[in-house]
Parts: sequence; structure tokens; C-alpha cells
Amino acid sequence: MVHWTTEEREIITQIWSKSDVAVIGAEALGSLLVVYPWCQRLFAQFGNLSSPAAIMGNPRVKAHGKVVMASFGEAIKNLDMIKSTFANLSELHCNKLHVDPENFKLLINMLLIVLASHFGKEFTPTAHAAFQKLGNVVSHALSRHYH
Amino acid sequence: MVLTADDKSHVKHVWSVVQPHAGDIGADALTRMFAAHRTTKTYFAHFGLNPGSADIKAHGKKVAAAIGEAVAHIDNIAGALDKLSTLHAQKMRVDPVNFPLLSHCFLVSIAAHHPGLLKASTLLSMDKFLGHVGVVLTSKYR
Repeated sequence: MVHWTTEEREIITQIWSKSDVAVIGAEALGSLLVVYPWCQRLFAQFGNLSSPAAIMGNPRVKAHGKVVMASFGEAIKNLDMIKSTFANLSELHCNKLHVDPENFKLLINMLLIVLASHFGKEFTPTAHAAFQKLGNVVSHALSRHYH
Repeated sequence: MVLTADDKSHVKHVWSVVQPHAGDIGADALTRMFAAHRTTKTYFAHFGLNPGSADIKAHGKKVAAAIGEAVAHIDNIAGALDKLSTLHAQKMRVDPVNFPLLSHCFLVSIAAHHPGLLKASTLLSMDKFLGHVGVVLTSKYR
């Protein structure tokens, strides 16, 4: 089980409570597909991904970004049970979606930059570290049932 | 991965915004890296690592200045950072996995100081550029 300090729990829930999951998710997923274009391999059916503008404006990218980020929010609601919370999703990502777990790290990279963009100085090094830790834990939980 | 003309122009634009307080960004990036990726502290046992420490401030300035050099000579980053590359290979020997960690912290720091600056294709260019800097700095390792 992951050990979370009181400070980490507070800072994570504080920032998340002020986050617009749809907006953050859309930007994070869109940025993933722009900055790491090979990730588009997983989204061939999403339509127009031909340019950064097309990607960031793509309604399916936005919708899916919201879904992914809402799921991330589940981790925040269940900080002490992240592994079990993501057990089914882990199997799905391996068996059905065939996502290289490296992609989880890349999405976390983007999420942290998006959070920094939205929260500015409030996204302090301490907040950054807490979310990086959370991202590491979620990535690990999602890759745990891979075979 | 090659830097396109667009990449270079994005990088120069970002640096023009960041440059006046590049040292602060450098120090902030290092602070973030030490907090978020604690294994990186193993290379700085000789530093005072409390946030705001003089060591971090001084080193942040150095790192930022080196990145500035790379921006100024963006058509020949390997040439501009040749001495630093040798230094990293022979003296510092920072494991290559760590360069993307500092790069990411730089991007987070820039984003935190300048919301809206690092969007989509600009972020792509900066990520490529910093990745390139890391490759140059580890190019003489073996």
C-alpha cells in the first residue's frame, strides 16, 4: 500500500477540487497526441489528427480526455486502494486496448504540464511532487495486470 | 528527431519570454526535480538541497545559461555544448535516464511561470529541443 502524507493528500485533493476535469483531460490527451505523435497509433479511429490544431479541437479527443481524467479522479478518491481500483482497467488496457504502459508515463508528463499551466505558482514543487507520485502509482497500478 | 524551422522559432520565442528570469526557472526546475524524482539527489550529495538554497540558485543559473547557449546556437547545439558534453562524460557521469526528468521539470516550471505559453506545438518543440540537449550531453558517454 502506498503511504501518503497528510500534506500530500491535502494538496492533491485541493488542486483536484479546483480542476475542470473535462478541460484538463482534453488538454492532456490532446497534448499527448501532439507531443508524442506515435501515441496516435491508439487513436486511429478518432478522425482528424492531422495537425496540432486538429488534434486539440477534435471532439473525440476532448471527450476521451474527459473519460481518462475522470478515471484518474477515481484514484484521488481512493488513494489508499489505487491498485484494486484500477485492477479491471489494467486488464482492459492490456487485453483489449493493447496500450504500452510507457504511454501512461507520457500522459502523466502531459498532465503535470497542463496542471502547471492552469494553476501557475500554486502548482508548487511540493504539489508537483505529489502529483508525480500519484501519477507513478496510477501508472504502476494500470500496468500491474499486464501479461 | 530533427528540429524543424518551426521548432527553432518556437524555442526562440519561449526563451525570449523566459530569459529575463532564466536563473529562477533553472533553480525552480532543479527544486522540482529533487522533490518529484528523489533519486536525482544522488548526484548532488555535496549540495545543500533545501528549497531556496544558495547551491540550487547558483546551479539553476548555470543550467539555464547552458540552455540559453543551446538556444543561441540552435543550429549547432553539439558544438555549443561540446565542453559540457565532455564534462558530463568524464566527470559528472549522470545516468542518461535523468536528463528527461530535468527536461520535464523545466517544462513544468516554465508552464507554472507562464500559463498559456506552452501549448501544443510549442510544447512539442520545447520537448524536442530539451531532448536534443540531453542527447548531446550524453553523446560522449561511450
